[in-house]
Amino acid sequence: MADLSLDTPIAAAPVKPAAAIRKLLLNPAVLFGGAVITVVVLTGLLAPWLGTIDPTAINPIARNKVPGAEFFMRTDTGERIKMIALFGTDGLGRDVYSRVVYGARVSLFVGVSVALISVACGLLIGVLAGFFRLLDAVIMRIMDGLMAIPAILLAIAMVSLFRSSVWTVIIAITVPQVPGVVRLVRSIVLSVREEPYVEAAVTLGTSTPKLLWRHVLPNTIAPMIVQGTFICASAILIEAILSFLGIGVPPEVPTWGNIMAEGRQVFSLFPHNIIYPGVFLAMTILAVNILGDGLRDTLDPKMAKRV
Amino acid sequence: MYGYLFRRLLGTIPVMLVVAVFIFLMLRLTPSDPAAIIAGDNATTEQVAKIRGQLGLDRPIVEQFVIWSGKVLSGDFGESFFFKKTVAQLIGERIEPTLSLAFFTILIAVFVAVPLGVLAAHRHGSWIDRIVMGFSVLGFSVPVFVIGYLLIYLFAVYLDWLPVQGYQRISEGVGGWVQRLILPSVTLSVIYIALIARMTRTSLLEVLSEDYIRTARAKGQIERKVLFRHALRNAAVPIVTVIGLGIALLIGGVVVTESVYTIPGLGRLTVDAVLARDYPTIQAVILLFSFVYVMINLAVDMVYTVLDPRIRY
Amino acid sequence: MSAPVLEVANLSVAIRGDGDRPHAVRGISLSVGANEIVCVVGESGSGKSVTAQAVMGLLPKNAMSVETGSIRLEGEELTTKSDADLRAIRGTRMAMVFQEPMTALNPVERVGDQIGEVLEVHTDLDPRERRKRVLDMMRAVHLPDPEQMIDAYPHQLSGGQRQRIMIAAALVLDPALLIADEPTTALDVTTQAQILKLVREMQARKKTGVLFITHDFGVVSEIADRVVVMQLGRIVEQGAAEDVLRNPREEYTKMLLASVPSMTPPKRVPVSGPVVLQTEKLFKTYGKRSLFQPKARIVNAVKDVSLEVRRGETLGIVGESGSGKSTVARCIARLVDPTSGAVRIDNIDTAAMKEAQFRPMRRRMQFIFQDPYRSLNPRRTVGEAIIEGPMNFGLSRNEALQRARDLMAVVHLSPDAVDRYPHQFSGGQRQRICIARALAMEPELLIGDEPVSALDVSVQAQVLKLLDEVRRRFNLAVLFITHDLRVAAQVCDRIAVMQRGVIVEQGTTADVFAAPKHEYTKALFEAAPGRHREFFAGA
Repeated sequence: MADLSLDTPIAAAPVKPAAAIRKLLLNPAVLFGGAVITVVVLTGLLAPWLGTIDPTAINPIARNKVPGAEFFMRTDTGERIKMIALFGTDGLGRDVYSRVVYGARVSLFVGVSVALISVACGLLIGVLAGFFRLLDAVIMRIMDGLMAIPAILLAIAMVSLFRSSVWTVIIAITVPQVPGVVRLVRSIVLSVREEPYVEAAVTLGTSTPKLLWRHVLPNTIAPMIVQGTFICASAILIEAILSFLGIGVPPEVPTWGNIMAEGRQVFSLFPHNIIYPGVFLAMTILAVNILGDGLRDTLDPKMAKRV
Repeated sequence: MYGYLFRRLLGTIPVMLVVAVFIFLMLRLTPSDPAAIIAGDNATTEQVAKIRGQLGLDRPIVEQFVIWSGKVLSGDFGESFFFKKTVAQLIGERIEPTLSLAFFTILIAVFVAVPLGVLAAHRHGSWIDRIVMGFSVLGFSVPVFVIGYLLIYLFAVYLDWLPVQGYQRISEGVGGWVQRLILPSVTLSVIYIALIARMTRTSLLEVLSEDYIRTARAKGQIERKVLFRHALRNAAVPIVTVIGLGIALLIGGVVVTESVYTIPGLGRLTVDAVLARDYPTIQAVILLFSFVYVMINLAVDMVYTVLDPRIRY
Repeated sequence: MSAPVLEVANLSVAIRGDGDRPHAVRGISLSVGANEIVCVVGESGSGKSVTAQAVMGLLPKNAMSVETGSIRLEGEELTTKSDADLRAIRGTRMAMVFQEPMTALNPVERVGDQIGEVLEVHTDLDPRERRKRVLDMMRAVHLPDPEQMIDAYPHQLSGGQRQRIMIAAALVLDPALLIADEPTTALDVTTQAQILKLVREMQARKKTGVLFITHDFGVVSEIADRVVVMQLGRIVEQGAAEDVLRNPREEYTKMLLASVPSMTPPKRVPVSGPVVLQTEKLFKTYGKRSLFQPKARIVNAVKDVSLEVRRGETLGIVGESGSGKSTVARCIARLVDPTSGAVRIDNIDTAAMKEAQFRPMRRRMQFIFQDPYRSLNPRRTVGEAIIEGPMNFGLSRNEALQRARDLMAVVHLSPDAVDRYPHQFSGGQRQRICIARALAMEPELLIGDEPVSALDVSVQAQVLKLLDEVRRRFNLAVLFITHDLRVAAQVCDRIAVMQRGVIVEQGTTADVFAAPKHEYTKALFEAAPGRHREFFAGA
């Protein structure tokens, strides 16, 4: 090697994925959040084998049972069997435990779908806005407008127009999330394009699509993972709110919000309809948020300032 | 300053225009007949025909938009077929409870959150910091209605200290008004306390690493003054931003809280309108809330100019 | 002889956690007498700033701590003092001025109050008396119109004025010791000269002892009574300024001094190659008045700039910040679009070309940026950075990689460097990589925008040598942007001096240095620190 006597290398953080993953696994927030989410995911996936019965089965003779109470239900063969309602039953005699366990499926599905779709849309629109001046003005005006409409209100309005279904809810929650992602991506693109290494690529004659792909997009990966996690948490929350208000997923579908909506009228007498799904919901959102915090601290420390 | 204010006011026009276009198009782009949607589920054929005439649905879509926005600008949001009133009347009746709720919520949130955030930043890394941060994550993870029912169960049902639900107008007695607003405001403020405390902490921590903080210490200034005289004022801009954002977000929270506590405000109105598919009302409420959001943003920008002498327009 | 104002003995400062070394400074001893200016000079990582912070008791709490040794201020031990006792001493008996006048003042507080804060903390003066003292102090540091300026905010002041405010705040209670941590590094040379003069004057006024941290031997020769040379946390050599600058004993000091470029340009033969780059009446204007902003500021960043560079020739553009020198370079390389005028590359006017038309021209000219840490994508290997350009112009990956390996030898790096990531290299090595990246395009014109300004003086000398080598070897035309007259004297055949967007003087380097004609050029030369001194000891 040539003359390095005076000019010693200066250590800086490597950006290899393997190192990033190792760092993640050492972060307690990531571990805790990840573990809780894993449990919830498994609960949803393995629902049929967790001692549940059909979550939509109505049982008029076993209405509003308190947790731990015994009740009888008729099987397909007409046989009467004794059951224990672990979390009680609701006003239609449906087993709250089964509904809560199956409810994990809808919540997670909605959360993950909204996160993926809004990050994908936001990335695309944000990069366009950040790199093409003409588009920027138009896109950002539209995003400002969308942002002016409160997210829940926008979702409510959209749900009210279309037939209620899980996908309607997902789209209704996604639309108001997109402007936030667009703004974030745009600000990253705007700051990265000022970086000398991007200017260097310009002087090397690199075309704009290659420039975006090689030098700009990689900078958005970490913030998008973090932002996606937070969006997932708020999507789960908004889905529950919509269902709770009776304008979300159709009421027969077992979701945590729906179970609670069911329990509203008889809350002071039978609080279990609210408490059990509420605890699951809060735990899940908490875990996703904690995971998000951990991801942000390890992958994208600068973002702590942006939230 | 006034020139800037004027320019900013002009700047809100395109934003409101986008909102208006969005609301307008939302209804027209549904597969079914907008007139039938607006008339509601129990409308007669004549009613639907009358509305179709009012909306000018046979005319080009741009013309329809002009007609519609003309009416909106003059305060005419149409008529609610469900509530049998004009939308403007309806909103007028429902605005007081919502404003009261918002007022108390912001009050509680700011007075609890800012000191908590300052404390956490000052004792960065200590157990106080961890507790505040832990509470903060918890605060925006637990859904408003879960908190609401927990508080109702504890304070209204179990302890029987406060009324369960409902609202009393201020004109019927301030005592009852305040009493019935305590639980809803506390419920709603939790998420904002979480949000504002976190932001206060983050922006203070950032400011505390600035050079001028070191300068103040080099002058022999005591820590408390370094924190309040130098750090907090510089950290104020992001804090005010998040408080402004909080007021805007409040609108979403109001919808849920008013439902939990059966408060007859704008939030409850929104839900009832959606359940009844009462579109003129939905449109009006969205427009109103968006307008409030835009105006709050404007106000926040104006506050910046007071807080930071570098910002002059 | 009276006791020294400051006496540091056997001081070691430990770095917490697992950094690249356990100590920021190790076993250093130095002293500052009354009425004496002691310069601590060293390159980055030498521990000179840590020394200053340790004396003030302002070491970053979570990162560093004094391990052993003593620090005595007027005979009084500081390392064992409580926080409260130290606070009472800071501002009264010792004070500090920092490097960045832009960020060292609280942006939301009036400057008068910031000077007054010292009085507020340490005295019982009432507001009226405080104001009077502050005004007196502002007059003492020669701030114009103190009555007005006392109520100004920092952003309304220039960098030099802010540094005067900092000095006023530091000296308002006549401390025995003033610590100045690179107080002029962020300033332009003309401002620097004024601030150095002020430090001298203020120091003499009350016979203050000054500990002056710097990396610049020019500054040392202007201001120091004694010099302490530091390297990697240790003191290499110390002594009277004249002795150390004229007859350094240690190899390291000799090497540092030899690295400082001379103000005397070497003899050069005029270059008569073909003209590669020519600009004619080049303008760049920022800002546009519009319907909504009728009073928007319009800035002429570049006005009527005409210059030419021949094959094999280096043209230097010299100027202070805001002179428009970088904008000229960026207009030529099309990182910004020129507003009007012509930019001819090999007699092809490119100024009005669209980006797509211009792209083929890019291989003829290459750009070296100032900051070697940000001009390489941290996510891509050195090899990928170098082959990006050639592959854009049709070279196959293998051919390009072979070229990259060959170029590593040209810039004195080992060929396997292409497989490594930028963070594995030091600043100087990265700048070599950037040069290799530029050369891989086989350009005719090389534009360097302050390519050595971010580097330590010893590394700077090596990179300048390399630039000269490649210019000869590939017969390049070079446009060299710099603020540093010493660097310009050594590398440029001709120089153009810019001020406020205009070229005020242009000529061969020898002529301009021997007899500057324009007033501004004269002022610039007059302000260059240590201009009468040659640092050639032992070389």
